[in-house]
Amino acid sequence: MLNKESGYVKKELPGNIAKIGTVFFAVGLILGTAGYFIEPVRASFSYLVAFMFLVSVGIGSLFLVALEYLAGADWSTPFRRVSEFLSSSIPLLIIFALPLIFNMNSLFHWTHTEAVAEDAVLQGKAPYLNSSFFIIRVVVIFGLWSLFYYLLSKNSRGQDSTGDQRLTKRNIVLSGIFIPLFAITATVTSVDWLMSLEPHWFSTIFGVYFFSGSVWASLAALTLIVVLLKEKGYLSQRINNDHYYSLGTLMFAFTCFWGYIAFSQYMLIWYADLPEESFWFLQRWTGGWEYFSIVLILAHFIIPFGALLSYPAKTNPRRLKFISVWILCTHYLDLYWLTMPNLNVSGFVFSWLDFVFPIGILGLIILIFNINAKKYNLIPVGDPKLQRGLDFTLH
Amino acid sequence: MNENKNLYGVTALFDSANEIIHAAKEVEKAGYKNFDVNTPYPVHGMDRAMGLKRSTVGFFTLFFGFSGTAFILLFAYWTMSVNYPMVIGGKPFFALPSFIPVTFETTVLLGGIATVVGILAVFFNLPSNNHPLHDTDYMCSVSNDKYGIVIEAEDPKFNENEVTELLKRLGAKKIHTVMNPGKESFPIFEGRFVVFLILVVLVVCGGTYFTLNKVLYLEPFDWMLEQDKLIPQEKSTIFTDNKGMRTTIEGTVARGYLPYPFKGQTIPTETLANPLLPTKKVLEFGKGKFLTFCSPCHGNYADGDSRLHGQFPNPPTLHSARAREFGDGMIYHIIVNGQNTMPSYETQTTSEERWAIINYIRALQRAKNAKPTDLQEVQKELGVNVK
Repeated sequence: MLNKESGYVKKELPGNIAKIGTVFFAVGLILGTAGYFIEPVRASFSYLVAFMFLVSVGIGSLFLVALEYLAGADWSTPFRRVSEFLSSSIPLLIIFALPLIFNMNSLFHWTHTEAVAEDAVLQGKAPYLNSSFFIIRVVVIFGLWSLFYYLLSKNSRGQDSTGDQRLTKRNIVLSGIFIPLFAITATVTSVDWLMSLEPHWFSTIFGVYFFSGSVWASLAALTLIVVLLKEKGYLSQRINNDHYYSLGTLMFAFTCFWGYIAFSQYMLIWYADLPEESFWFLQRWTGGWEYFSIVLILAHFIIPFGALLSYPAKTNPRRLKFISVWILCTHYLDLYWLTMPNLNVSGFVFSWLDFVFPIGILGLIILIFNINAKKYNLIPVGDPKLQRGLDFTLH
Repeated sequence: MNENKNLYGVTALFDSANEIIHAAKEVEKAGYKNFDVNTPYPVHGMDRAMGLKRSTVGFFTLFFGFSGTAFILLFAYWTMSVNYPMVIGGKPFFALPSFIPVTFETTVLLGGIATVVGILAVFFNLPSNNHPLHDTDYMCSVSNDKYGIVIEAEDPKFNENEVTELLKRLGAKKIHTVMNPGKESFPIFEGRFVVFLILVVLVVCGGTYFTLNKVLYLEPFDWMLEQDKLIPQEKSTIFTDNKGMRTTIEGTVARGYLPYPFKGQTIPTETLANPLLPTKKVLEFGKGKFLTFCSPCHGNYADGDSRLHGQFPNPPTLHSARAREFGDGMIYHIIVNGQNTMPSYETQTTSEERWAIINYIRALQRAKNAKPTDLQEVQKELGVNVK
């Protein structure tokens, strides 16, 4: 097919990637299980952070795939598969959500019926925040995402052998349906899993906040993998500085977007200074959490802003790799900052468990990516936009 | 180098984007530096084909953007914390979060404006915005459907015949030479353009005024003004006599007010006695009231040397024998009743203030006619040698 023009030859990823993934995942699984029997509540919260990281990178990547189809972008076609592979964790989400659903009592205050009975606010929210409706929402939303992941990736992979252009059209329609659905489901998911940890608190911008971080991290994961694979020769060698520059620009844009959204959320609450809203930020400004908050402002906005501002930073592979890893770590910190102060309200408490679960989740993502890369082409060789994507120049 | 001083350059037209990219590459390879490409839309890959370096405009934007940040933060700090500190919403004077939106806006605004102005100033060579290529057939073609390249005569390698040959070889459809204009002109100072600018200003100002003040005008919310209340000196429908200001009810006296029994008599049959002792506090109080109400006519030391400078007849001095022989009650009577051209000060002063003023006048009178014994008293009190 187009393999010649793209300069793409399918190569197996090195075997030690699978080994690394397995070891990481096994370490996370064994230590995490052990941790659960030692400190069940702490382990549940720690695992929730890691699980939300998996969710946000998964759906953020699927959003990027859908966005490419919907916007008719061709520059990202040569590495769309990377996002597709990253989003292939979506069908597994329901399985990985099971430990959390079984431990809802330790995670969510609103599941305690005796607490709700004497709390007028929680009673008012009970029609939404109750265990059965929560589980229904989780199943429906994860099911919807899985469906769209399945359809989008099936069409995309089918094109590899047939080169059928109608599949692209079909995916455009699917993306058009998916993106509004994604807006609603991502909001509901962020409210359910993260905001309802503190059921008295509310912020209407919270869904957007989660979305901005999610796409930011997905872009960083995409950039990191694209740069690594291209350097090792697994992708087309025609991926050039202009592709890197565009990826860097998007990361820069979402750095600003996150800063904008996070500040909007903070400023309105700070300015109105209503006790039912401001206590959430006050929790994050006491007992050691204030250092997390300051680090978050620096690491999530100011440092990436400066690091991604210049042209060389967005085209130099080494800098891109560094900033991508930085972004992924910071996104994890962001989720940690959203979650953990709800457990350690009075102040930060260190626990080794917080390091176990991210290792496991990292191993899982590597494993899933490796399995996909073994089975499918790393470049959508049958995509009609591929040629234009490879020819992409900016100026 | 070219020998014809008036020659600006040689232009060539091509039919497709691929041809122009090829041409740009070849011209660059042939070693020409001063050449430019004009296309009806941005052609991707052109920067690389022409061998251009990255533009430095970004640094302009960065510098002025950060200038905007610094300026507005300092400005907000100065206005809100130094020059006119104001508590708003219980926040600190320098409430950084509330300044962030305007900081962001100013950063973007200044960065954007500086970029545009910088580009205009550099590219157009203001104030002369004339260019030899303006209004040529070449410019008409490349802003329509042709792709053009121009090699300028300033180029050190420029030779008219060689350049024409090269462009022909590259497959150019039309080759022209473009001359420099005979004399430098400044189209932006032309009368027509200036009149146009003035018209734009007038239309925009008038349109804005008309839109905001006539079309979109909304009554301001004046609900607090338009409530049922009595306004001094104004009519009111609350009372049947339509008077906003009320007179006292007959046979009653306002709180803290004692009517003066000898009002209206030129020479009172009886006078009141001063209830206040000339303590330091009373004298301080009386001095303040004297300076407010009495000194404009009587002068600061009651000498009758007013500050009115003849707009009003000066009163006689209060240090005369007659005035000094007045009893306290007589002076009180004059303040309440008025005397000759002096009007009544009954409504301006309370009775306590009047007695305090009288005590102060007494102090002034004694100071003007001080005896040696008084001086000794003062020396004793102050512990200094007063002469």
